[in-house]
Amino acid sequence: MTRPNTYRSGPDDRGHFGIYGGRFVAETLMPLILEVERAYNEARNDPAFEAEMRGHLKQYVGRPNPLYYAERLTEKLGGARIYFKREELNHTGAHKINNCIGQILLARRMGKKRIIAETGAGQHGVATATVCALFDMPCVVYMGETDIARQQPNVFRMKLLGAEVRSVTSGAKTLKDAMNEALRDWVTNVADTYYLIGTAAGPHPYPTIVRDFQSVIGEEVWTQMMELEGRLPDSLVACVGGGSNAIGLFHPFLDEPTVRMVGVEAAGRGIDKGPLDHAASITGGRPGVLHGNRTYLLQDEDGQIIEGHSISAGLDYPGVGPEHAWLNDIGRIEYVSATDDETLEAFQLCARTEGIIPALESAHALAEVVKRAPTLPKDHLMVLCLSGRGDKDIFSVAKHLGVEL
Amino acid sequence: MSAQSTNGRAITEGRIARRFQALRAEGRAGLVTFITAGDPDAGTCQALLNGLPGAGADLIELGLPFTDPMADGPAIQASSLRALHAGASTKRTLELVRNFRRGDADTPIILMGYYNPIYSYGVDRFLADAVEAGVDGLIIVDLPPEEDEELCLPALKAGVNFIRLATPTTDDKRLPAVMANTSGFVYYVSIAGITGTASAASSDIGAAVARLKRHTDLPVAVGFGIKTAEQAASVARLADAAVVGSAIVTRIADSLDAAGKPKAGLVEDVLGFVAGLAQGVRAARG
Repeated sequence: MTRPNTYRSGPDDRGHFGIYGGRFVAETLMPLILEVERAYNEARNDPAFEAEMRGHLKQYVGRPNPLYYAERLTEKLGGARIYFKREELNHTGAHKINNCIGQILLARRMGKKRIIAETGAGQHGVATATVCALFDMPCVVYMGETDIARQQPNVFRMKLLGAEVRSVTSGAKTLKDAMNEALRDWVTNVADTYYLIGTAAGPHPYPTIVRDFQSVIGEEVWTQMMELEGRLPDSLVACVGGGSNAIGLFHPFLDEPTVRMVGVEAAGRGIDKGPLDHAASITGGRPGVLHGNRTYLLQDEDGQIIEGHSISAGLDYPGVGPEHAWLNDIGRIEYVSATDDETLEAFQLCARTEGIIPALESAHALAEVVKRAPTLPKDHLMVLCLSGRGDKDIFSVAKHLGVEL
Repeated sequence: MSAQSTNGRAITEGRIARRFQALRAEGRAGLVTFITAGDPDAGTCQALLNGLPGAGADLIELGLPFTDPMADGPAIQASSLRALHAGASTKRTLELVRNFRRGDADTPIILMGYYNPIYSYGVDRFLADAVEAGVDGLIIVDLPPEEDEELCLPALKAGVNFIRLATPTTDDKRLPAVMANTSGFVYYVSIAGITGTASAASSDIGAAVARLKRHTDLPVAVGFGIKTAEQAASVARLADAAVVGSAIVTRIADSLDAAGKPKAGLVEDVLGFVAGLAQGVRAARG
């Protein structure tokens, strides 16, 4: 495959990153998807839209959040200098709010009256419910019955914020089924409803929209690292479920050849254990078409979608954003995986050494840092995207550690 | 460019075109029935499929089972999962068609489903096997005209009709793009929504069919929300065919025991229901 001049110019005008991406949706939705694309292209070229978004990110979300030097962890691992990008300090406790602020402004611009969303771990649901409260729009969040059971604190948060949480009992009752239900709602209420997608996947233009709104993460890291160290980082590490925090961190640096990037998928009980035991779409799946885009998917021989497993409800989606699929194939980004056990170790290590309880999603990325940092020289600058805080996960973790709360 | 000019042989020949010509000669609309391949199990499904023409189905849509049928309602999703649970696959779906063709050389069979199982099977190999099995057309819900080169164009080249959905949200500006590579017939989805839900008003359907006819010479079939013989008849007065899916599939679900096994008489019951629909359609313009 020939190397492009820039890795940042995608997708093409039909939403393709190489063979990935595209717009694989029912005809009922096509006119609306095209309308979203038109509206987004207009908004992106409107300085007033950008200014309004930046204002909310600063005053409401609390950006820029710190690029924090994790000194104790660095000493403990004895290699690379480790920095945390503190997305967990954002209002609502994760990076998801960056995208929700952008998309709700887009929805308002389009004159939409009602917001729907899907959520796995609940972080995107909470962020969506939050911006809907802020902008006074009715909000319906689809969530798998299984995820509702294991993420009760976030379910309660969404309800407090005024959102209606609809339990999804079809299929495997997790994130992919919540996405199916959200698409069904959208098909039915296409005139007045905006579907606020939470990850960098789905039909074009969503992967682009989410990436652009999340790129604030990488843009800030760029500026902050120049201030702190006077040069760009040497490596970036982020977890990848759908991949929105990762693409947000990576994208501004894609054309910088000295910056290595690593996406960490959920290996669950182990990729070698078989397709039902992990949620690593790139490292353990193959290309297919689901939820409006072509990308790497967990699927069986017949093209039926397999329900992955991860200790983290935010990572067990059987697909991944199409731009990640492309960046993998052209070799610009390295994709690896961390098991549930490695993640739990990293989770506890972070809590004890840095006084920060990370989300289980982010702890996957941390597990890779734990493996990688000791092998690197002491002047290597490594940035971990601490994409969310772990308060929501303490019940799952306690259960895995055999502690009764 | 008219719809015909792009379609070559696929539109003017083949079972679908012949069937609509015959219906026109009879002066009536057709009944298109949907069942999911392998639901509730391969043997029962084969008996249902083989019995449909005798019960009055003029064209048959056979669902390609998929785990995540995003544009379908609970009834069809459940039928897909039943079929998959019973071992359905793309290969076995083609076997059902091949077996059916041994006893019926005339009734058109259209596979309806989602793209991933076909993509996984391999487009070229799938088209070759589908033609060999006796498949006449494809309706692939998540392949809009924007993705025509994936399957639509190869299918037309292979002589397989690619039937496109048109919906209430497809405006006059977009219709030509939707019609460009459509062949066989146009499937008008009469409501914006998922399968098996509300039904549209006759006045809306009449207006929509008239609008489509301004853009195409192809027959127009109307579906979504048709549950009774009366509803099928009222659609048959307005369109070239009425499509019934969820109501038939629900009939199958209602004839299963607590363990999901077919009760005695399932096939007769479902075919009896189809016969009622067919009577409605046949009497519509009487």
